[in-house]
Amino acid sequence: MKPDQMTPAEPTDPPRRPLSRAALRRNRIIAVTGLVAVWILLWGTFTWANVIGGLVVATVLLAVFPLPPVTFAGRIHPLPMLRFWLRFLRDLVVASVQIAWMALRPGHTPRSAIIAVRLRVNTDLNLTLTAEALSLVPGSLILEADRSTGTLFVHVIGVNSRDEVERFRRGVLELEARIIAAIGSSDEQRRVREVAHPPPPADLEGVPT
Amino acid sequence: MTAVAVTVTVLLAVAGGLTLMRIIRGPSILDRAVATDVLLAIIVAAIATEAAYSRDATALPVLVVLAVLGFVGSVSVARFAARRNTK
Amino acid sequence: MSLDAVLDIAAAVFLVAGALLSLAAGVALLRFPDLLTRMHAAAKPQVLGLLLVLIGCALRLRTGVDITTLVLVGIFQLATAPVAAHMVGRAAYPHDDIRTDLLVTDELAAHLDRIAGARDDEVRA
Repeated sequence: MKPDQMTPAEPTDPPRRPLSRAALRRNRIIAVTGLVAVWILLWGTFTWANVIGGLVVATVLLAVFPLPPVTFAGRIHPLPMLRFWLRFLRDLVVASVQIAWMALRPGHTPRSAIIAVRLRVNTDLNLTLTAEALSLVPGSLILEADRSTGTLFVHVIGVNSRDEVERFRRGVLELEARIIAAIGSSDEQRRVREVAHPPPPADLEGVPT
Repeated sequence: MTAVAVTVTVLLAVAGGLTLMRIIRGPSILDRAVATDVLLAIIVAAIATEAAYSRDATALPVLVVLAVLGFVGSVSVARFAARRNTK
Repeated sequence: MSLDAVLDIAAAVFLVAGALLSLAAGVALLRFPDLLTRMHAAAKPQVLGLLLVLIGCALRLRTGVDITTLVLVGIFQLATAPVAAHMVGRAAYPHDDIRTDLLVTDELAAHLDRIAGARDDEVRA
């Protein structure tokens, strides 16, 4: 059988520590709260019948389709969170206008690049959130994520030189720093500060973090 | 509000036409999947504009369904295309 | 000017802006050279364009029940669009749909080569 090219990262998955009971309980509470919120939004009115109905549905859902464990060591910091969202909205608008201009500009074929960015905090949550934020902004698109090294492979449009590649890489690391500042633990935040200039991702094999 | 509705309708219609051309021209099934996703987004925008114009919320639940459905569609096409490519 | 009129004007601005983004996406879909660049074009009406239209719609309707529905549409779209984009992009990557001559750099190819090499070594050992 030919090796499955879809999941090259799978065999090198690092062993993840099992979660403690408290973390499991907290994850479940967050999931139930989220599902009940969606249920109430669906019905459109906040009544006790809706809340109880939502709780029943959420419990059944989580029993039938259990969620994969997520490690979340930090806590939510409101001010950096606000800063992250404002910057995200700004990026969204700026990038959308840029791509629209790129499309309408006559006689111009945009060039692009596929860039590997090695994140400094290698947790599933950080990897997912950074990838989501990058994907939502037009102009950058996640092609592949390598869990073992915490590396994202990003396709970027409108990149013309190596300089711009490096600038984009720095931009992604700044985005990661904003996310960690918003939801990371103090341990993760120290790590982001210490590794201000991460090694260039030529050594993707690298030492395990 | 009528002028706005007409403007938006024209813009969305042209956008939908261009997207349809991409769906027809392809060349690959993934191109068509992406273009269909865009067409779906345009349809969502059109339904929302209609709801805003007539101040009538009847069609809003349709939007919820569409927002989820487009995702299922392009993911299944992508899986299908990936399996064919790796054979 | 009454509050209603102001809200209506704001709604109109949001709706037209969303429609303009959709139009630009249509043009980009036709003009961009390969699948991945077209996907960037697709992200535009799906994210910002949709948000603008939904805000415009909410400003016109102004009732709690409808606004919760619109919020839900926005949440679903924002949560699912990146997943769909990733699946399509990943399915497209190692194949002919991509104009490699327009790439400044391709750091994923090196990564995949290395993994394939490591796997061959394992098979041989």
